[in-house]
Amino acid sequence: MIKQDITQYKNVWVFIEHNDGKIERVSLELLSKGAELAKDLNCEVCAFTVGDKVEQFAKEVGEYGAKKFYIIENPVLKEYRTEPWRDAIVYLIDKYKPEVALIGATTLGRDLAGTVATKLFTGLTADTTALDIDPSNKNLLMTRPTFGGNLMATIFCPDNRPQMSTVRPGVFKAVKNPTTPEVIKDKYEITEDQIVKKIIEKVQTGEEKVNLSFYEVIVSGGKGIGKKENLKLLEDLANVLGGTWAVSRKVVQAGWAPQSRQVGQTGQTVHPKIYIAAGISGAVQHVAGMKSSDIIIAINTDPQAPIFEVATYGIVGDCLQILPKMTEMFKQKLVK
Amino acid sequence: MHSLVFIKQVPDAAQVRVDYETGTLIREGVPAIINPFDTHAIEAAVQIKDKFGGSVSVLCMGPPMAEEALKKALAMGADNAFLLSDRVFAGSDTLATSYALWAGAQKVIQEVGPVDIFWAGKQAIDGDTAQTGPGIATRFDVPLVTYAVEIKEIDPSAKKIKIVRLLEGGTETVEVPMPCMITTEETLNHIRFAPLPYLIKAAKTPVVLLNSSNTTIDASQCGLKNSPTKVKKAFTPPKRERGEMIEGSLDEIISVVYEKIEPMLKQLGRV
Amino acid sequence: MRKKDFDVIIVGAGPAGLAAGYVLAKANVNVAIIERGTFPGSKNVMGGIFYRKALDDLIPEFYKEAPLERHIIEQKMWFISEDSVFSTGIKSEKFNKEPYNCFSVFRAKFDKWFAQKVQEAGALIINETVVKDPIVENGKVVGIRTDRPDGDLYCDCVIAADGVNSFLAKSLGLREKITPNKVALAVKEIIGLPENVINDRFGVSSDSDGVTIEITGPYFEGMESMGFIYTNKNSLSIGVGTIIEDLIEHKVNPNDLIEKFKTHPAIAPLIAGGETKEYLAHMIPEGGYYAVPKLYTDGLMVVGDAAMLVNSVHREGSNLAIESGKLAARTYLEAKDKNDFSAKALSAYQTKMEESFVLKDLKMYRNLPHLLEEKRYLLTKYPQLIIDSMYSIYNVDGVSKPDKIKNIKDKVKKEFGYWNLAKDMFTLWRKLG
Repeated sequence: MIKQDITQYKNVWVFIEHNDGKIERVSLELLSKGAELAKDLNCEVCAFTVGDKVEQFAKEVGEYGAKKFYIIENPVLKEYRTEPWRDAIVYLIDKYKPEVALIGATTLGRDLAGTVATKLFTGLTADTTALDIDPSNKNLLMTRPTFGGNLMATIFCPDNRPQMSTVRPGVFKAVKNPTTPEVIKDKYEITEDQIVKKIIEKVQTGEEKVNLSFYEVIVSGGKGIGKKENLKLLEDLANVLGGTWAVSRKVVQAGWAPQSRQVGQTGQTVHPKIYIAAGISGAVQHVAGMKSSDIIIAINTDPQAPIFEVATYGIVGDCLQILPKMTEMFKQKLVK
Repeated sequence: MHSLVFIKQVPDAAQVRVDYETGTLIREGVPAIINPFDTHAIEAAVQIKDKFGGSVSVLCMGPPMAEEALKKALAMGADNAFLLSDRVFAGSDTLATSYALWAGAQKVIQEVGPVDIFWAGKQAIDGDTAQTGPGIATRFDVPLVTYAVEIKEIDPSAKKIKIVRLLEGGTETVEVPMPCMITTEETLNHIRFAPLPYLIKAAKTPVVLLNSSNTTIDASQCGLKNSPTKVKKAFTPPKRERGEMIEGSLDEIISVVYEKIEPMLKQLGRV
Repeated sequence: MRKKDFDVIIVGAGPAGLAAGYVLAKANVNVAIIERGTFPGSKNVMGGIFYRKALDDLIPEFYKEAPLERHIIEQKMWFISEDSVFSTGIKSEKFNKEPYNCFSVFRAKFDKWFAQKVQEAGALIINETVVKDPIVENGKVVGIRTDRPDGDLYCDCVIAADGVNSFLAKSLGLREKITPNKVALAVKEIIGLPENVINDRFGVSSDSDGVTIEITGPYFEGMESMGFIYTNKNSLSIGVGTIIEDLIEHKVNPNDLIEKFKTHPAIAPLIAGGETKEYLAHMIPEGGYYAVPKLYTDGLMVVGDAAMLVNSVHREGSNLAIESGKLAARTYLEAKDKNDFSAKALSAYQTKMEESFVLKDLKMYRNLPHLLEEKRYLLTKYPQLIIDSMYSIYNVDGVSKPDKIKNIKDKVKKEFGYWNLAKDMFTLWRKLG
């Protein structure tokens, strides 16, 4: 096995994902968690990223506790592309040798992390839901779900550095902890003609990038809502409750809703305070994405539906009738 | 054009059950299937073969029973099937796995010819890491395109391919030269109902067995011992208990629900 | 010369189809077996008793490598009423010696193994494909049409091994629609129990020794039902099969029936503490000899359950299936020599079947289905009589033995009449062989 000399590696690094001049919230969440880990490891939490103009993010990463901000700026890195970003990041990590590197498990993060880890010959743990430091040996302990959340595994990476992990948005909380970070800018020479991948076009689906984990109330629909038009019932109730709407994989497969609204093993994992599952059978893969919600209210016409096994409150009934009634009734009682 | 699809045989995670007493999974009786995302990769490769000619090879790392998955892949229209199976791989994490698959793929290239497109499903439904495809791409030093939802255009002579990827909130179209690695979303295509000739051909096609004796695999990069990440423990998450069923007339039910969630709504500042 | 995809196409990879495929492949015939399930055995839920002889002739000592549960050393027959059971049976050390008489099996596992052997012999097995129609040209079956695109296949001869509901036999007019009195619905549960518990409860000393119990009697309220319990390695197969006509007439839900069955005081302790692992249901041919359809036509032969070849008296089906598959295959080989696959040539199959134990056994019991239909009380009143009599004789309650015998005689006289009793005995004796 190819190993690194772990004594050479120090500090907790957090990848700052950004798009269109904005930092992705998950990176700030990881900075806060990274600060905790750094405390345990008696080292510093640092932010790192690459792009075209990224120095501007120094203030914000400082607000969330980053002591240092390692960056590479190069116009060809303006839009995310796997290979150039990976190579620039590998350059930084090789040079500065952090002992831990955390990346948000977004589409970009999951595209990037595996290739970075492979280049570095180090271990990567995906979609972790808990990060701790092993008191006996100071290894990072990374806990993650497998088999659709049916089995949890705690992983560690004793002989390779950095210990890398991707973490889903919403797992940790972003907590302000203001400091002024030292900006360390490196040069990485790469020109456009060295990059084989070209971005031809980017299309927004008219919907904002939906990060379901932001919301404390989610009203979610499954195949039981019957047709695309009935998604409105979910949205209406969600609006009244101050939350957002989501769907199960079957709804996405039916073409009624985009994948960005999908909750589940191959969609987003959420743990809102209230999760209303309407017309969702409760297949393992869906439940994996929402079972740590505080209150789960399930509505299904089938009393045997597995969703009732995990629901706090279960209603055997037709969601098409129940949802609008709920909306009507709650509207009267709740603030606008 | 030659496509090489990496597939994995997985237990049907939808049917896996938890034994809360022992804290392990009950895999007995759970059918083994081709990882669903991989099937869309196979279908995509076969569609390209239909259009441009060439062949589709499938490589699977797994225990001997993974041969079933490869037979299924052949029945979906693949031409060559390779099973990479050796004790030396046991306990491999994703880094060791991508190494083994890269090494096995060398043999496929040797036997069948250079590869134009490497394929993999976006993630396996048992491990869910989505790391193996990117790892293989890195080792082959080919451009990586993940979350593919559409193969927009292929220019075999210029060796270029345009692919649409799924992003949060939209899509992105990228163009890469071939060879490249594509990892597939389910919405990429519909799996065709295979014509009977595919099944007959598959029944006649043997699966080629690859192991450390007929491939150049460096055992020091394989297996549990040589995997950077190790499992400290595995445990079942706390069981969420069945809650309360609310019954009554429509109005009654909704009143009760409101009552139950009012304290939480208050906390959230909605009341 | 019309193009041919295969010499023989077999529809269905159950024991009949696989046996035919094995014989043909071994004779270097180009044969394909088309199976609708994901793999051979996936659609076959029999978890019952498999008799060694028929397969041993094909694959000698197959039992040394095939996945089998226990070899049966005791076969019991129970008559049960609500609160009692009269039991009889035979246990023998002779059954405990190789090459063994019969085994408990799980078909899903066994068929998979058997199919592997058939493939190794050179037959092609195509799964997940449904045969929709025979292809008939000039009155002759020349191939089959499947549900897949480009799904037509041509051959010299088709062997229909497509099970109790055989679509092929029906569509070629070889048999009529199955009536509810010719077929039973069997509902079965697999109940998991540790090996040593099974050993203790069934009185065997090792987990490779097994017991079977066939159960009937007035407990089933006049329905023609047969319950069964078979010991597997670490589970029990327990179930009840009932003629569908009876289920309809008595308005009984077979699921309720098996639930009730499991609570019988003689049965409940055998399954106590077990965990239901699987729940299955299947139709079983029950019509006997008279329900056997025409076995051949131009270009086609019918084997196995598709030919209704089940001997329910002796609980034999898969060995009849295998035998019929063998004989059909041999008929093909003879026909091939003359390149004649007409009904005339294939009629040799009928002849072979009549000369074999298959039709001979069925013929012997040919009147039984009708007899039971007519005289349902054979399954209720007589067993009840035996139970009551045995109870009375064994119950020491102060009544003298001579009085007891007298009471029994009186009962018989009153409820049956000596004459009727004699008539029934005579009828049974005459009608059975």
